Amino acid sequence: MPMFYGTEIASRMMLGTAQYPSPAVLAEAFKRSGAGIATVSVRREAGEDQAGQAFWELIKELNVALLPNTAGCHSVREAVTTAHMARELFDTPWIKLEVIGHADTLQPDIFGLAEAARILSEDGFQVFPYCTEDLVLCDKLLNTGCEVLMPWGAPIGTGLGLNNVYGLRSLRAHFPDVPLVVDAGLGVPSQAAQAMEMGFDAVLLNTAVAKAGDPAAMAEAFAKAVDAGAMAHAADPMEPRDMAAPSTPVLGKAFLE
Amino acid sequence: MSLTVTVLGAGVVGLAVAAELSARGAAVQVIDPNGPPGAHGCSWWAGGMLAADCEGEVAEEQVVRLGREAAGWWQAQGAEVQYRGSLVVALGRDRRELDRFARRTENHTALDQAALSALEPDLGERFDRALHMGKEAHINPRETILALHDRLAARGVSFGTDGAPSGQVVDCRGLAARDALPELRGVKGEMVILRAPDVSLSRPVRLLHPRFPLYIVPRGDGVFMLGATQIESGERRRATVRSVMELLNAAYALHPAFGEAELLEIGVDARPAFPDNLPRISGGKDGRIYVNGLFRHGYLLAPAMARMVADWLMDGKKPEVWHETHH
Repeated sequence: MPMFYGTEIASRMMLGTAQYPSPAVLAEAFKRSGAGIATVSVRREAGEDQAGQAFWELIKELNVALLPNTAGCHSVREAVTTAHMARELFDTPWIKLEVIGHADTLQPDIFGLAEAARILSEDGFQVFPYCTEDLVLCDKLLNTGCEVLMPWGAPIGTGLGLNNVYGLRSLRAHFPDVPLVVDAGLGVPSQAAQAMEMGFDAVLLNTAVAKAGDPAAMAEAFAKAVDAGAMAHAADPMEPRDMAAPSTPVLGKAFLE
Repeated sequence: MSLTVTVLGAGVVGLAVAAELSARGAAVQVIDPNGPPGAHGCSWWAGGMLAADCEGEVAEEQVVRLGREAAGWWQAQGAEVQYRGSLVVALGRDRRELDRFARRTENHTALDQAALSALEPDLGERFDRALHMGKEAHINPRETILALHDRLAARGVSFGTDGAPSGQVVDCRGLAARDALPELRGVKGEMVILRAPDVSLSRPVRLLHPRFPLYIVPRGDGVFMLGATQIESGERRRATVRSVMELLNAAYALHPAFGEAELLEIGVDARPAFPDNLPRISGGKDGRIYVNGLFRHGYLLAPAMARMVADWLMDGKKPEVWHETHH
């Protein structure tokens, strides 16, 4: 099971907590999927006098590890301020760091991300950076002190799946010991299974579950796909090949021509 | 048999309950420390869409079914109910949202550009497809609730800002009832009121957008209500620039003529909701009946809630939204 900053989590699935029809449906999605980590946004909900408290109490009742995020932050300073607010509110050094660089695609600002990751890591935060699959960026993030990487599969909320399979595969190959989580862009369970078959440690979902007609059922479907993919990876899948290989010998021929 | 009831709260729920009970012969008084309906209560900031079918996209079947009682009930109270249906549109690249919305809802007709132009010429210029939710209606919530207040007062319902409750107490205080209903939470909403004489729309329009969903309700005389954000926060003030910008941007995308509109009001409040976002009627150990959690469905569900409270108090019929005693 995945280990993040020394904490082992009993599930390979993380769930976001936004956009559900109700907190009750959200709770049901966690129950049926067994997701081990809940991400929670603080920036917009905080308001004055911790006005989001009632909702956060419901999230705390889920009894899973909480990973506050800096969703909606477009600058280093905003992200750092939000991270500090989150640490105070949730009493955890964990922070999922998002620094958005492009309003339309919600693509991370990779330069701001590396800078914010450095500032927060030096300040004792344990940073989960939402990043692209760029190898050089990921290397820099690890150098700033990150011990987890959360590359996107596709832009947030698109449901397009793994857009750059080659890039993600090469990330896995280059950083065999770093926990890698596919963060954004998954739409259906088969895409989550694909990420797990490639050896990723976990996936994080929100829109695909929250916006499904039956969020709790979709959460469970994802959980099954994640388990299947992880099990397949551990079972060492066969290598694909171009030539057919009959599973029973072809009579009368020593070799296929 | 005569029943004496004290309703706490003169928001949409309190007034609907008072109306239903007094119509059935109960002696009713309403107590609200803030006086008659106004900007202090979240009923003031509602959109006034009686859009049961649209709400089916996300809400439970119960909300849709009970919501269908609303238009007829409001009309029976003398409200000016506009039976013009509502429209649902999506911008070019979000067009698939429209198919998804159609899959999840009932009672709609797909319109092509010509049909849309015939209903709302201003939208026909901008969109080539829409859904017409033909059974929906809308009201002006402020006029409606003020008129209901006056009508009840004329009928002999007494209104006060303090005083001792007598008889059966029905607590309709909304978010203020958190002192007795610990599960209640606030869901912040921000809205904008514009005057846009260059835009002509005669029925509510929903713009589907994955990030910034918007609805626009015409209030007559070129005035439109734009709503509404939905933020998990109990904060009842402080509309943010970001939220207002999102609402205005979405309106501008719906029709560029909104760019020339006059900004009349920016409103903010928090809707009272339970964890399942469904309404509840419950009995407290204090003997009160609590009616709460109507979330974003105040005007849509208040009529059904009022009916159920009256059925319970006068005929002993248990409300289908009954929730066992809290605490």
